[in-house]
Amino acid sequence: MEEKEREKRGVVLRKLFVSALYLSAFTFGGGYVIVTLMKKKFADEYHWIGEEEMLDLVAIAQSAPGAVAVNGAVAVGYKLAGIAGAITAIAATVIPPFVIISLISICYDAFRSSQAVSWMLEGMQAGVGAVIAAVVYEMARGIVHGRNWISIGIMAASFLAACVFGIPVTVIVLVCIAVGIARTFLEKRRKTECPF
Amino acid sequence: MPILKLFWSFFQIGLFSFGGGYAAMPLIQNQVVDANGWLGMTEFMDLVTISQMTPGPIAINSATFVGIRIAGVSGALAATLGCVLPSGVIVIVLARLYLKYRNMTLLQEILNSLRPAVVAMIASSGISILAAALWGEEGTIRLSQTNWRMAVLFGVCVLLLKKRQMNPIWVMVLAGIINMAVLWIGGRIA
Repeated sequence: MEEKEREKRGVVLRKLFVSALYLSAFTFGGGYVIVTLMKKKFADEYHWIGEEEMLDLVAIAQSAPGAVAVNGAVAVGYKLAGIAGAITAIAATVIPPFVIISLISICYDAFRSSQAVSWMLEGMQAGVGAVIAAVVYEMARGIVHGRNWISIGIMAASFLAACVFGIPVTVIVLVCIAVGIARTFLEKRRKTECPF
Repeated sequence: MPILKLFWSFFQIGLFSFGGGYAAMPLIQNQVVDANGWLGMTEFMDLVTISQMTPGPIAINSATFVGIRIAGVSGALAATLGCVLPSGVIVIVLARLYLKYRNMTLLQEILNSLRPAVVAMIASSGISILAAALWGEEGTIRLSQTNWRMAVLFGVCVLLLKKRQMNPIWVMVLAGIINMAVLWIGGRIA
């Protein structure tokens, strides 16, 4: 019986490793895409995780700091096979970008000194600037349309702090965490004082 | 000890980047360009570009890229480990707590307060990338020294993204090709 359990665990770990490796190597377009594909693979195809539970794991992956793809892999791996599962999933997710970027960085200097490539990269910088501008525009519009004055205030203050005053981003993050904690407790107190 | 420094810098990046996607970018810029001077602004921009074109999160890509340039493969391993360690531990703790209590009000409230700040920080980092593209790495913004070719290219890309809903990767590739073609033809004529 115990033998069988261990064997099953081995199969789960191996399948987890292969799927996470595959997903990480072929997914372009960031963490949210990969998390959706993970749901397809582990919930819909393998039925290892229930639909509802998968959504909760995704929520956890998105609320923790760090890359969403890595977090999603940790959450799924941990749920399936504990700490060993989490470590397997992280390794599988990290290996493809690690190998690809290692190869690129070895060629980078030779690559950069080519006239054609540096023209190409220069032009692509304008493209990256535009992509970031579009992303920021969408995100900022969402927050302004939310009409929550605290959120808009946090956005304006953080922008001034980062862009004009050069305050380190870690400090801004810590202050916002403190604000979030304060908001939770104020909300709680208001609720207990005023039952309507 | 560059390896310890790499580990510690990317540990902070992993610990403080909330929100996924571009959220890590300002932190990476802060650590890698401003605080430690491991990359110049042009290299950092190349890194962001490469990250867009390859699979994998920008934080992991940066850890590998910076680590290997500063201290070889062991540097890349240290930086990558530093980068995934905090999120690994935090996700496991959160998953345990969540499976036990099924309640995340505090977490949600913290995230609600962080989200607008993350947008602002990405904007700030985006502005410095754009400034470096249009006015060069020194960052002195003067109208007379504007690189108008880049400014026009930027405008074209924004239009393609917003009006035509074009895929960001294709927009970037197109921008690169246009720039290459313009400079090559310009060189021929001159």
